[in-house]
Amino acid sequence: MQPSDTLDTILPLRPRRPESLLQVLRDIQEIHNHIPAGIDLAVADALDVPLARVRGVIGFYSFLSSEPQGRYRLLFSDNITDRMLGNQDLLQTLCGKLWLEPGKLSEDGLVSVDTTSCTGMCDQGPAMLANGRAITRLSHHRINEIAELVRSQTPVADWPVEFFRVDDQIRQSGPLLDCGPMAGEALEAALDRSPDGVIEQLNLSGLRGRGGAGFPTGRKWAACKEASADTRYVVCNADEGEPGTFKDRVLLTRHADLLFEGMTVCGLTVGAKLGFLYLRGEYRYLLEPLQQLLDKRRQAGLLGVNIRGQAGADFDIVIHLGAGAYVCGEESALIESLEGKRGIPRNRPPFPVTHGYLQKPTVVNNVETFCAAALVTLHGGDWFKGHGTAQSTGSKLLSVSGDCARPGIYEYPFGITVRQVLTDCGAANTLAVQVGGPSGTCIGPHEFDRRLCFEDLATAGAFMIFDDTRDMFEVAHNFTDFFAHESCGFCTPCRVGTSMLKGIMAKVAAGHGTRHELDEVEQLDKVLQQSAHCGLGHTACNPTLDMLKRFRPAFERRLKSLNFQPDFDLDGALARARAMTGRDDAGAHLRTEEA
Amino acid sequence: MAKLRVATTSLAGCFGCHMSLLDIDERLFELLKHIEFDRTPLTDIKHCGPCDIGLIEGGICNAENVEVLREFRRNCKILVAVGACAVTGGLPAQRNHLDLGACLTEVYLTEPGLAHGGIPNDPELPLPLDKVHPLHEVVKVDYFLPGCPPPADAFWQFLTDLVAGRTPELGHGLIKYD
Repeated sequence: MQPSDTLDTILPLRPRRPESLLQVLRDIQEIHNHIPAGIDLAVADALDVPLARVRGVIGFYSFLSSEPQGRYRLLFSDNITDRMLGNQDLLQTLCGKLWLEPGKLSEDGLVSVDTTSCTGMCDQGPAMLANGRAITRLSHHRINEIAELVRSQTPVADWPVEFFRVDDQIRQSGPLLDCGPMAGEALEAALDRSPDGVIEQLNLSGLRGRGGAGFPTGRKWAACKEASADTRYVVCNADEGEPGTFKDRVLLTRHADLLFEGMTVCGLTVGAKLGFLYLRGEYRYLLEPLQQLLDKRRQAGLLGVNIRGQAGADFDIVIHLGAGAYVCGEESALIESLEGKRGIPRNRPPFPVTHGYLQKPTVVNNVETFCAAALVTLHGGDWFKGHGTAQSTGSKLLSVSGDCARPGIYEYPFGITVRQVLTDCGAANTLAVQVGGPSGTCIGPHEFDRRLCFEDLATAGAFMIFDDTRDMFEVAHNFTDFFAHESCGFCTPCRVGTSMLKGIMAKVAAGHGTRHELDEVEQLDKVLQQSAHCGLGHTACNPTLDMLKRFRPAFERRLKSLNFQPDFDLDGALARARAMTGRDDAGAHLRTEEA
Repeated sequence: MAKLRVATTSLAGCFGCHMSLLDIDERLFELLKHIEFDRTPLTDIKHCGPCDIGLIEGGICNAENVEVLREFRRNCKILVAVGACAVTGGLPAQRNHLDLGACLTEVYLTEPGLAHGGIPNDPELPLPLDKVHPLHEVVKVDYFLPGCPPPADAFWQFLTDLVAGRTPELGHGLIKYD
């Protein structure tokens, strides 16, 4: 397709509003594997937004690019769990076979190979995205096949189906995962109970948000319902970007009907007519099945106008695809992204419940929260309260990955001990567990009796296991690079601070670190805590500090000198000048300072 | 009380920071009741001895800068990066995105109108580093005094704080980023 024809095909499918910007750019990227020159101006005209905003959005999202990325863009997921499964070696091998350097387009413009943040396949990695489609279980054998398919220019759509197999790997189920197909049961209950009745049951249930912060769901819905406005919105946060988390992927695969039911119940309860499912770009392959399910529900009278035949019960759901930005998991950044802008977190307050999408009251909840809300509506708050602890009712899905015999999804009542999870998943000689992903907490063996619940170890679901063969410095290093890559760049403390932290870790990794660098991490943490704009900056130093506290020897054995050392070779920095002048006298050299 | 010994120098800088220090004007006499100068352009002492405070303006662009910086670090209890060039590399660091060899070739060999005398190779001349670095990338730096230049009042506040034994703190208006 010619770039000039692209817009004629795409635009009629989208509302001609500024909010469609990100979706339109995604469509263009999918067709051309980049945003061709000149088309940005046409998009700006068509959607009535400034050109600078179009270019700003292209520059912001990892999966959009104004430079050609080749007909095959292969992105290796680069979470620590992928690294532990050998993704670096596979990446080098693939680059060798295709005769190219990582991050660079091949000379014939055919293919590029690079890394991307965690793609949510940690239990079946190493993983990659081939033109946006997830491939799991990479091995040398599979890499050979991929290299051959690229060389023979076979379209990704014709690659073996087995490559794209994504398993649910449910290892332990509970009330949520055991729930059968949902075809209006919770909706029926909601219509019977009336909006206030639904909120009453939610309050009674003690349900708290599953995205990590744990805000009481009933209070959120009530606040949105009571906010004065003519329009309200429901948003489901399925931008599951926290490395090591993949439980929403499984819910979207197996229990999307329950999710849609929960969103619809929310819409009818708070008085919203429209809901958005913000699906992370890495889960692009789920788009068609989800669209089909939405159609099915519309035909069954579970979505659309006069739901279940009740006049005025109108609600529909639109799916919005992300484009590779971790920060969009923050609810206000997610709303910005829904509005077609760069995903920069807003100042809060005001909170989305009063000023959300298009400044209208908006409920933003996690996938798991909507599913749980549907169950509460169906079975009642008392039933829900029967599981979990006093402050953390119900069950929680854990995404277990790393060093264990049975990685996958585990559903437990809140309050389960870390040790129990480790036993159930067959983890041996465990050195550490990263609970809640890089922005969560890293714990060591003396803490394995701690409980997973809001009272103790709060978690959004990531559970990455490291055994005693692992180097915890490498883990911290990986997380540090992740935060530097994912900082949105809006506020200087985070943009510069995460890069400085990355620089410190690289310096220590290269053997130039001293005590000075370890102290610098604490200083940086103070600056970020005090001055970063959002939670990304606030938590960026956490993994390093957690691991310094618990696994200091992993850092200290890399320190070679008590005195400060430059992170570059000073004498080597004179080599170019020596070559140009032909000098090699004593003054043309710098000795290394004694340690 | 014994006077604090202070050394100062300008590396890859323009002496503007030193001029700004002198802009404390008559307060210099008050300051000299509490400090005495070691190596500095004001005394013309060539090498620095044991000192309490070292003030360095300018970044690190050549081998001699490295040697002087190391001499200061060895001798000064407190080392201060003074001004934009010392803190970030500043104006001289604008050459960092150019290849040093290409720079030397253009300046000494190909640029019309310049004497075609070849690239200077006298051993008396310090060799340039391939990149200009801020001080803290080469040695540990204790304090940073930002600004181009830092205002005279910032020098005054900083030094009087240290003389009084307080942790230096620059209030509103004293921290400059340009």
